[in-house]
Amino acid sequence: MSRDTEKQPSGNLNGRPVYVIDGTRTPFLKARGKPGPFRAGDLALTASRALLIRLGMHAGTLDEVVLGCVSSGPDEANIGRVVALRLGCKEQVPAWTVQRNCASGMQALESAALNIATGRSDLVLAGGTEAMSHHPVMLNELMVAWLGAWSRARSLRARGKVLAQLRAAHFKPVVALLRGLTDPVVGLSMGQTAEELAERFGIDREAMDTYAVNSHRRLARARESGWLDEIEPLYDNDGNVYEHDDGLREDSSVEALAKLRPVFDRPVGRVTAANSAQVTDGAAALLLASEDAVKRHDLPVLGRIVDSQWAGLDPAQMGLGPVHAMAPIMQRHGLDSDDIDIWEINEAFAAQVLACCKAWTSQDYAREALDLPHAFAPIDPGRLNVDGGGISLGHPVGASGARITLHALKAMQRTGARRGIASLCIGGGQGGALLLESDSTEVSA
Amino acid sequence: MNQHFTVTTDAEGIAWLTFDKAGSGTNVLSPEVLEAFDQTLIQIAQRHPKGLVIISGKPGGFIAGADVKTFAKVDGVASAEQHIERVHEIFHRLEAMAFPTVAAINGFCLGGGLELALACDYRVATDDRSTRLGFPEVKLGIFPGYGGTVRATRLLGDLKALELMLGGRTLDGRKARRMGLVDLTVPKRQLRAAATGLITEGRTPAQAAWWQRLPTASPIRPLVSHLLARQVGKRVRQVHYPAPFELLAHWRETAGDAAAMYDGEARRVARLINASNAQNLIRVFMLQDRLKTEGDKADFQPRHVHVVGGGVMGGDIAAWCVLNGMRVTLQDRAPVYLSRAVKRAHTLFKRKLKRRHEMRSAVDRLMPDHRGNGVAIADVVIEAIFEDVDAKRALYAELEPRMKPDAVLATNTSSIPLTVLGEQLDRPERLVGLHFFNPVAKMPLVEIVHDTHTDTQMITRAAAFTRHIGKLPLKVRSSPGFLVNRILMPYLLEAVELVEEGIEAPVVDRAAVAFGMPMGPIELADTVGLDICLSVAEKMAAALHNPVPERLKQLVEDGNLGRKSGQGFYAWEKDHAVKKGTVEETALSDEDISDRLILRLINEAVACLREGVVEDEDLLDAGVIFGTGFAPFRGGPMHYVHSRGSDAVQRRLGELENRYGEHFHADTGWGAIA
Repeated sequence: MSRDTEKQPSGNLNGRPVYVIDGTRTPFLKARGKPGPFRAGDLALTASRALLIRLGMHAGTLDEVVLGCVSSGPDEANIGRVVALRLGCKEQVPAWTVQRNCASGMQALESAALNIATGRSDLVLAGGTEAMSHHPVMLNELMVAWLGAWSRARSLRARGKVLAQLRAAHFKPVVALLRGLTDPVVGLSMGQTAEELAERFGIDREAMDTYAVNSHRRLARARESGWLDEIEPLYDNDGNVYEHDDGLREDSSVEALAKLRPVFDRPVGRVTAANSAQVTDGAAALLLASEDAVKRHDLPVLGRIVDSQWAGLDPAQMGLGPVHAMAPIMQRHGLDSDDIDIWEINEAFAAQVLACCKAWTSQDYAREALDLPHAFAPIDPGRLNVDGGGISLGHPVGASGARITLHALKAMQRTGARRGIASLCIGGGQGGALLLESDSTEVSA
Repeated sequence: MNQHFTVTTDAEGIAWLTFDKAGSGTNVLSPEVLEAFDQTLIQIAQRHPKGLVIISGKPGGFIAGADVKTFAKVDGVASAEQHIERVHEIFHRLEAMAFPTVAAINGFCLGGGLELALACDYRVATDDRSTRLGFPEVKLGIFPGYGGTVRATRLLGDLKALELMLGGRTLDGRKARRMGLVDLTVPKRQLRAAATGLITEGRTPAQAAWWQRLPTASPIRPLVSHLLARQVGKRVRQVHYPAPFELLAHWRETAGDAAAMYDGEARRVARLINASNAQNLIRVFMLQDRLKTEGDKADFQPRHVHVVGGGVMGGDIAAWCVLNGMRVTLQDRAPVYLSRAVKRAHTLFKRKLKRRHEMRSAVDRLMPDHRGNGVAIADVVIEAIFEDVDAKRALYAELEPRMKPDAVLATNTSSIPLTVLGEQLDRPERLVGLHFFNPVAKMPLVEIVHDTHTDTQMITRAAAFTRHIGKLPLKVRSSPGFLVNRILMPYLLEAVELVEEGIEAPVVDRAAVAFGMPMGPIELADTVGLDICLSVAEKMAAALHNPVPERLKQLVEDGNLGRKSGQGFYAWEKDHAVKKGTVEETALSDEDISDRLILRLINEAVACLREGVVEDEDLLDAGVIFGTGFAPFRGGPMHYVHSRGSDAVQRRLGELENRYGEHFHADTGWGAIA
């Protein structure tokens, strides 16, 4: 570890180098219309404890735990702390939870990385978790008001009166998941923002479906080749074991996908369920460490988080977030597309990933939206989302940012790559990106 | 005040009597302590406090009961009667105090401790997990004799009080409140406030409602007593366990007349405690204490256990360790094998843990680990895979280099000698046996198997670990079958032989149960699994000079493996052996049959002592009682030999040898048996 930190170009993670030791994740389990077998806390716990056991570490050695989660269960407020204690961390180990919508898992990594870079922490467990099948279904406000009136009504007559006010409308539930996937400022669902991009960049249905089929094929190949060893099985209490991402459709084909109807802009749109990310439950956990901690605990090193960037843009164009987040990093480090060996751009929608690729190389977009003189060179599709993504294995919103970072590092290690980028679009009009490097230079004490 | 009791008076004028028995981790009522208590009461009375609260100075419990050690030393009915009457006097003094009295209970409040609490006007208990109230006296062959039969019936009514005293079960704080045994149940942090409140608010002390006392007054008392006796009779035999029947007779004769009841307690309990049944049960209690001291928790602080083998034994060992606070990784070849163990564990957790957060914490501590990553951080590694020398050796070769240098490497083998298993280890001396019995959650004994060259530190650690998971360690030398299975095997083989001779299985089993065994040998063999019995029998055949019975081989060959296959010696329906019809007269009496069974067991026990499998007779008795359930009221096989007379037993062996052959030949070790 003789890397000279002084030579690092200036960035958002200035200070001590940040090492990623290893990471694990649960299989991603598709939400099937009812609460799944695991809550967000259970998922994060399984991934985290497996990671620590794999490294032969006690939870008590951690300095802090940071988890990203968009919506934890009602008894999991500050789910980071809940998981830390369930994990067997000493009571003195502080823990917190971060929320930046679809990038919550990446936010957790960045927060952990910052604390390591500034010298505040040495060993941090960070990741993301989401049980989308457990997102709450709530009473609407009419019903809440009615219940208030009911509890105030004392006499039989008053109760009768309140009872008479009850209407069918009172019983219409608020599905938090659907509300969460709709932008409250511009009034578009996430799928509709993808339709916006498809129209703007001229991405047709066939291109999207082809992309989606490819995502499944790549995931299938990765599984067969044993490239997903970051997955730790989940066990429920009824004797079932879940070893694989269960959203994979090995039989999917462009012809079959062409038959599906659009779901967001009915009946004329192009975005279908099959070319969008799946709604799933899952968690990923990574161990981040300073150089001191690596030496003290004699830890292996998977790679480094070198730089980070958050960016904001029009919520209606939120899918282009990665472009806005990646561009400044590339600028800062003087890189062009060919310098990046592995790209993970979260697959919220096929249209959105494809739009990012087009905007990335668009001279107009570079000048108008990014304030850059030139566009970037094209991203080689062979380096982008090499082992599948949200479309084939799902997008548990709080976890994906951690998963793509972990998998980018794993893919870099496998292919002997030097640099990688993990990036995602964020509902509400943001983008986030991390620049990753392999630690090919030998760790020397 | 004195070395066991201190009294402080608070600003409100309430006297707080703290019981903290000197030189002991637990509060027990020895005669000396009781006298000190009496002195303390006299002094408190002279101060005229506003009220008195009795509270324990021990963090773990209120009063565990009378001092059982003194029970073992009673000499004669008269002196026992005297002792009981003296305690009656002391508790009367407490009951008659001119100011309100409260027992503030956290942790154990059992037997004599509960009787002391009942002599107070009020009782408040905590809702802590450790809080248990009850009358375990019947388990020691006696019944409550410190006024418990009088005060419990007065407080709870006859039926509830009798149920509590007959069954010997204990209640937590909430259940005790529901039953009326305590006035209040509160969180531990409110114990003192609640006790103060009971004194200041001056409520009328609780009593059973009139209708709850009906059985006392009405002429139906004999009928009630008869019905209860019949219920008890379904569980135990009067000849083996007379105490509950004596309690019912006591109640039938004296209920409603307090003076007669106190007197009856003194007479009957004094008689019971001097009889051999109670003395033997007390012996078992002390043997349990002896086994507990065989391992010292302070010697070793294991936190992480790695179990290899997700079968019934491995899975159950893992779950049991989790239940006792360990973090456990459980390894098997693939996740699918582990999923079944997780499910079984969950069933156990659900049964044992009532609160949701405790359940979840247990699930969190049990980590299925098909990659075996837990080896590297485990303090104890337990191998529980199938009985195959090569497979076990190959596994150790993988485990040893990854283990922490000071971690214990243990095998759950039930038949393979340590020297054979450890041969290829870098440090063979680190391998010990931790032999659990099936079902793990029920069987209290663990055999700590060692050899002459085993590292003594590892033996110490294994024994300490056994205590940490709430089991009883018994150190045994590594020889075929160790202690428990070895002693059990001739007993089972003799049973099979009896069946082969034409004695029906239910007759054989009946004779064993009549002797006091918890289950007949044939039913036991069916329950354990005939394939397992056969494999152990084959491994031990040479050592036992006993050919493997043809009948056993045949049954296994035909796939009739006992309970698990639905057919063995018995047909099994819904996990119960079908014992058809009534059994006619047979050639042998029950005594003849049980002698053949038990004397073979005893002869083998003598051989084990001669070979030094265990250190002494008491440990042997303890192992056989806690490992097999051997009739506890008989005090263990060697104790039984002594009470029947060693010479008489040897003569009987000689007779049996003449009639049935040399497998009854008295072991050469008999010479050393006094």
